[in-house]
Amino acid sequence: MITVDKAGHWFRPEHWLFRDLSFALAPGKITAVLGPNGTGKTTLLRALCGTLALREGSVSADAAIGYVPQALNAGHAYSALDMVLLGRARYLGRFGVPRQADAERAFECLSEVGLAHIATQRYDRLSGGQRQLVLLARALATDCRVLVLDEPASALDLANQGVVLRLVRQLADRRELAVLFTTHHPDHALGVADEALLMLRDARHIHGPIENALTEANLSELYGVPVRRVDAIATDEVATAFVPLYGLRRAASRAEAS
Amino acid sequence: MTQAALPRQNATDNARPSDSLFMPALYTGLGVALLATLLWSIASGRFAVPFAKVIAILAAHVVERAPSWTPTEAIVVNVVRLPRVLTAAIAGASLSLCGAVLQGLFRNPLVGPQTIGISSGAALGGVTVILLAGFGTLVPIGAFAGAAAALLAVLALQRSDSVSPVLTLVLAGVVVSAFCGALVGVVTYIADPESKLPDIVYWLLGSFASATWPKLLLIAGWTVFASAVMLGMRWRINVLSLGDEDAKTLGVNPSRDRLLLLTAACVAISAQVAVSGTISWVGLVVPNLARLLVGADHRRLLPVSALIGAIFLVVADTLARNLTAAEIPVGIVTAVVGTPIFAVLLRQATRSSAA
Repeated sequence: MITVDKAGHWFRPEHWLFRDLSFALAPGKITAVLGPNGTGKTTLLRALCGTLALREGSVSADAAIGYVPQALNAGHAYSALDMVLLGRARYLGRFGVPRQADAERAFECLSEVGLAHIATQRYDRLSGGQRQLVLLARALATDCRVLVLDEPASALDLANQGVVLRLVRQLADRRELAVLFTTHHPDHALGVADEALLMLRDARHIHGPIENALTEANLSELYGVPVRRVDAIATDEVATAFVPLYGLRRAASRAEAS
Repeated sequence: MTQAALPRQNATDNARPSDSLFMPALYTGLGVALLATLLWSIASGRFAVPFAKVIAILAAHVVERAPSWTPTEAIVVNVVRLPRVLTAAIAGASLSLCGAVLQGLFRNPLVGPQTIGISSGAALGGVTVILLAGFGTLVPIGAFAGAAAALLAVLALQRSDSVSPVLTLVLAGVVVSAFCGALVGVVTYIADPESKLPDIVYWLLGSFASATWPKLLLIAGWTVFASAVMLGMRWRINVLSLGDEDAKTLGVNPSRDRLLLLTAACVAISAQVAVSGTISWVGLVVPNLARLLVGADHRRLLPVSALIGAIFLVVADTLARNLTAAEIPVGIVTAVVGTPIFAVLLRQATRSSAA
C-alpha cells in the first residue's frame, strides 16, 4: 500500500536525520515508530503524508492516507460532527458544500470511535481524549486505506490510552487498514503493533517484527538509558512494561539486608 | 465496518433537533429586520417622509398608481435616500462578509479588513487620485489599484518566510498598513487646504452622503461578484481555517484557495472604499457578533454576518445623518459604537486563551 524506498532527509546540510530507510505498510498491519526526540519521527510522517519532500529516496502510495495529528491545542469552535465532516474535503471541490450523504458518513465515523453522543458538542470544549478520537474519526471520514497517527496516546490518561490503542487495533483488523503510529511508549508498541521501526541517533534504524525489535538491548541503545522488560500476568491478559533504569531511587531494602 | 457496530445508525437521531427551526427562523428574522431598517432609514431625516408614503412611492416602481405624494417627497425617497441606504446596506454586508472570511483564513477573531492592509491600500490609492485629479470617477480605480498593490506587497513580504505563513501574513499586513498610513499622512500634508483637503479628510472618515445611483451600481456590481466567490467557498473556509499543514493532509492545497479569497475580499473592500471611504470596525466587530449567534461554522457565519452587517451600517448611517444638525461621517459612528464592543471581545479573547 505504501512503500518507502531508501528514504533520507536532513534540515541542516549533511546532518542526516535518517537515511537508507526502506519499509512497507501492508493492510491490517500496524507499524510503531519509536525513537528519541529529534530523530525524525514527525519528519517521516510528513513525508508519508506528502507534505514534505524528501532529500533522498521516495515514498510511493497507491492508497489514500488519513493523517491523525496530535490533539494538542483546543483550537476550533466547530461541533465534533462538523470537525469530522472536514475529512470529506478531498471529495468536495473548491465551491463544494457537504451533502446529507457526507454528513451521514461523518456520523458513521464518529460512531465508530464511540462518540456519537457528543456529535453536537463543540470540539474545543471536549476533553483531550475525545479530541484525539474526533481527529481519528476525521481521518476515517476521508475513506483512507492507510492511517498515520502522530503520538495518538501520548497526551492521554492511562484509561484513555487503552481506549485509543484498542480502537486503532480494531480499525486495522476490521477495516484492513495499514497503520503507522509514532510513540514514546514501547509498551504501547508491543501492545498493538505488528512491526516496529526504531529510529536511532546517527541516522541508523532497526526494523522488524515487534517481538524481535523491542528487546531490552535495542531499547537501551535507542534511548541511551538501561531498559528492563517486565511482564504482568493477569487472568486473561499479559501486559508488558518497559522500565527505564534512571537511577532515581536506591534499592534500599536490598542494601539494608546485605 | 458493519452497521451493527455503530452505537447509533441514524444521523438524524442526534443531529441538533433545534437546528431545523433555528436557522430558517434566524434568516427570516434578519431579513425582516433588514427590510424594516431600510424603510425606517428612508423615512427618517431632516425632511421626514411618512412611513406609508415611503412604501407607496417605492411600490410605484412596480405597480402603476396615482401619486398620493408630493414631487419633493418622491425625489427625496428615490434620488436622495434610496441609493444611500442601499449603498450603506451593501457596504455593511460586504465589509462584514470580508471580515468573517479574513478571520476564518487567519484563525484570529481580531482580524479585520484593515489588518491585512487592504483598506489602507485602498485609502492611499483613493487619496492619491483626489490629490492629483480631484474627487471624481478615477477614485474607484485608484482605490482598487491601491488595494491590489497593498495585497501584493503583503503577499510578497509573507513569501520571505515559510515557518508560519499565517502569522507572517498578519504581520506583513500591519507593516503595509503602517506604510500606507504614513503616505496618506504625506498626501494630506501637501494637499491644498482650500480645495482638496476637505474632500480628502471627509472621504477618509467615511460617509455615504455622496451616494448616487451610479455609485450604487458600481459597488453593487463588484460586491455581488466578490461575494459569490466568498459565499461559494463558505465550507472550504472551514477546511482552510484548520491551518495549512492540516488542510494539506486532508487533500486541500490552501495556497490557491487563499489567494482567490483574498482577491475577492480585495475587490469587495476597494469597491466599498471607493464609494464611501474607509469605514472601520464594521468588518471586525460584526462577524464576532454573528459568531455568538450561530457559532464558528462558516456555512452559517458568512450569510449571517452579511445580513447583520447590512442592518448595522444602515442604522449607523441613519444615526450619522440624524443625530446632529450637521451630518457626522458614518466612520465616526461605527468607531464610537465598534470600539467598546471590540474592547469586550478583546477581554473575552484574552481570557479564554489564558484559561
